[in-house]
Amino acid sequence: MGGLERRIYLDYSATTPVDPRVVEAMLPYWSTVFGNTESSHAFGQAAANALEQARQTVADVLGCHPAEIAFTGSGSEADNLALRGVAWAARQSERGNHIVTTPIEHHAVGHTVDQLRDLFGFEVTRVPVDGYGRVDPDDVAAAIRPATVLVSVMLANNEVGTVQPLAEIGRICHERGVVFHTDAIQAAGRLPLKVDELNVDLLALAAHKFYGPKGVGLLYVRRGISLVPTLTGGGHERGRRPGTVNVAGAVGLATALRLVEEERLAEVARLHDLRDRLVEGVLASIPASRLTGHPTERLAHHASFVFQGVEGESVVLNLDLAGIAAGSGAACAEGEVEPSFVLKAMGIPAEWGVGSLRLSLGHANDEADVARVLEVLPEIVKRLRAGE
Amino acid sequence: MSKSANQQVSKSANQQIGKSADRRVGEQPGAQVVVALSGGVDSAVAAALLVEQGYTVVGAMLRLWAEPGPDDAGANRCCVPEAVDRAHRVADLLDIPFYLIDAEAPFKAQVVDYLVAEYAAGRTPNPCVPCNRAIRFGLLLERARALGAEFLATGHYARIHQVAGRCRLLRGCDPHKDQSYFLHVLNQEQLAHVLFPLGELTKQEVRATARKHRLPVAEQPESQDLCFLADGDYRRFLARQAPHLFQPGPIRDTSGRVLGQHQGLPAYTIGQRKGLGIAAAEPLYVLAIEPAENALIVGPAEELGQDECLVEEMHYISGDTPTAAFRTTAQIRYRARAVEVTVTPLMHQKVHVRFASPRRDVTPGQFLVLYDGEMVLGGGVICKAQRLVL
Repeated sequence: MGGLERRIYLDYSATTPVDPRVVEAMLPYWSTVFGNTESSHAFGQAAANALEQARQTVADVLGCHPAEIAFTGSGSEADNLALRGVAWAARQSERGNHIVTTPIEHHAVGHTVDQLRDLFGFEVTRVPVDGYGRVDPDDVAAAIRPATVLVSVMLANNEVGTVQPLAEIGRICHERGVVFHTDAIQAAGRLPLKVDELNVDLLALAAHKFYGPKGVGLLYVRRGISLVPTLTGGGHERGRRPGTVNVAGAVGLATALRLVEEERLAEVARLHDLRDRLVEGVLASIPASRLTGHPTERLAHHASFVFQGVEGESVVLNLDLAGIAAGSGAACAEGEVEPSFVLKAMGIPAEWGVGSLRLSLGHANDEADVARVLEVLPEIVKRLRAGE
Repeated sequence: MSKSANQQVSKSANQQIGKSADRRVGEQPGAQVVVALSGGVDSAVAAALLVEQGYTVVGAMLRLWAEPGPDDAGANRCCVPEAVDRAHRVADLLDIPFYLIDAEAPFKAQVVDYLVAEYAAGRTPNPCVPCNRAIRFGLLLERARALGAEFLATGHYARIHQVAGRCRLLRGCDPHKDQSYFLHVLNQEQLAHVLFPLGELTKQEVRATARKHRLPVAEQPESQDLCFLADGDYRRFLARQAPHLFQPGPIRDTSGRVLGQHQGLPAYTIGQRKGLGIAAAEPLYVLAIEPAENALIVGPAEELGQDECLVEEMHYISGDTPTAAFRTTAQIRYRARAVEVTVTPLMHQKVHVRFASPRRDVTPGQFLVLYDGEMVLGGGVICKAQRLVL
């Protein structure tokens, strides 16, 4: 298959390599400072100190109190805890049974909401998105009822990169006294994450999306929000997330978050520029191609395309054979060509939306990578179209 | 045969079918091949041989529909996570890329639904044939070509020879493993882009090759049943997926006398003796299935056996449809012996087939495949079998 080092990685929205500075920061917490944070002895205290320092670092980036941060085992787990935790707490206090969300959420949210509906009897409203994948805050306002206990809208979409008007939606939720959750997993290092500017009550992150380690995420929980824990066990993370805390992971997450936040403006400007060149090049060199998602209200590192009559997954496999790692919006089945659920919700016709190609840039990419894509991709699309 | 035939291929004929030549396996080092991996030993060895021969090999595995439900973990023999893991390990060992290709919806529509519809119509289907036509050598071949590959290779035991610019499909050299029966639906365009690296090998040789290459699937047991059944029993599968097909009805003899009650027609096949639940002086066999009356017709051994049958959807591998009657041999089931027949072409892709001596299990829904010695001529679906009325 050839060495990975000679390949071009353009799938930073799927995951990122761990920053060597992050690896270094984590090193003491495997074999030296290894105590259980719940132990009262010196080993435990040393681990607890590191954990609380990590919590403070995260709180500084999010502009919140450290006690409002719970570390989890992944971003999906954080989303699960937020949605089930709030829904079950509302069930316990009989406050209501209605949830508002969107049709373009990641499955960590979408499938959890479906389960709350199917197994726990919650009612769910999915407000529509426009052709760019944007939610209209007025639609959220209209969907909220007296029985609404939770609104969940992602900050930025993984497949098409569109950024939602979160602050406005959050303002509406707070006026109506409804808890507001966001899956911000795609946004860290790419957008500001101050929870008071976003007007969110719950916010989920995953370290591996911003040059941190896999297997650790976090949930911000605004003070006063009651959550029923989805895992039961010991009292870790203030009872919100039992299980001996992954101290190395928490330190890794915090270090990575601090670094991407410090370097965010410069890196976003650099990637924005590269991305725009990529988008312009693709649209100019490939006939019947379209950018999916919003042209400006989108993640700076993120480009996603549909090519008329060409199936996204085939493009991805061909790019891989040419040494370029890209992402596809959807797995689809030929014969019954199904557009991805995100593109479907955006009203992209099936002949176009047979799964988009996602190119997401990051630290290692440069102009040569963009040039290589522009050299290879038009030929691939041409060949796939000729084979039809 | 291959060498001389190879030399006979004219330049224009060669261009007509692309770069391929007679017995192409091993003859086009460097050409890109997609190998269909299943997690079993055959496809793994096919991939290993192609790598050894210098092809640029890409591994691909189809994700097919698996019966949902509590048995899901054991379902779909060729797509269970363990099978995917095994295929992935093989690709890793051979240092080739590995891609999972989703074919769940078309497989469900064209193979699983077909199986249910055929049983509903009182026939005994063979779902591997439409799978080969539409999925393996349809969708997957298209995907392989879209990846820029010249060929799709599978671990089937069959051979393709090229003679005068035409592809011939021949039986695999291992008589116990020959799978040409399932491949009779392929056409010239497909065959020109297909490789069967195991065609000349026996199963023993394949296992030995797997051990030599230390493939982690060398001792993988043979898969026997339909790949998508949760428990390996098609009757129970149908009872779960299409319970409406199981309506009890009368068991009759050929004179119309009711002898008992059957459990639902899909539970029976032509020639079946066991499980009829009738006490009779002589053994009784299923002679016919009559879905219109939901009746099972049984009779003694001497009433079993057909001299002739009607075959529809005839497909000829050469692409030429004969117009005059001809004599050749035919196989009426996968494991059946090829027997002498006279084939008379009819309108609308149908043929009439007369057996030199009566066959006991001519079964509507099964495929009748014509062979000229080792060579597959083509085949079709048995739609009606009858005794010759003199």
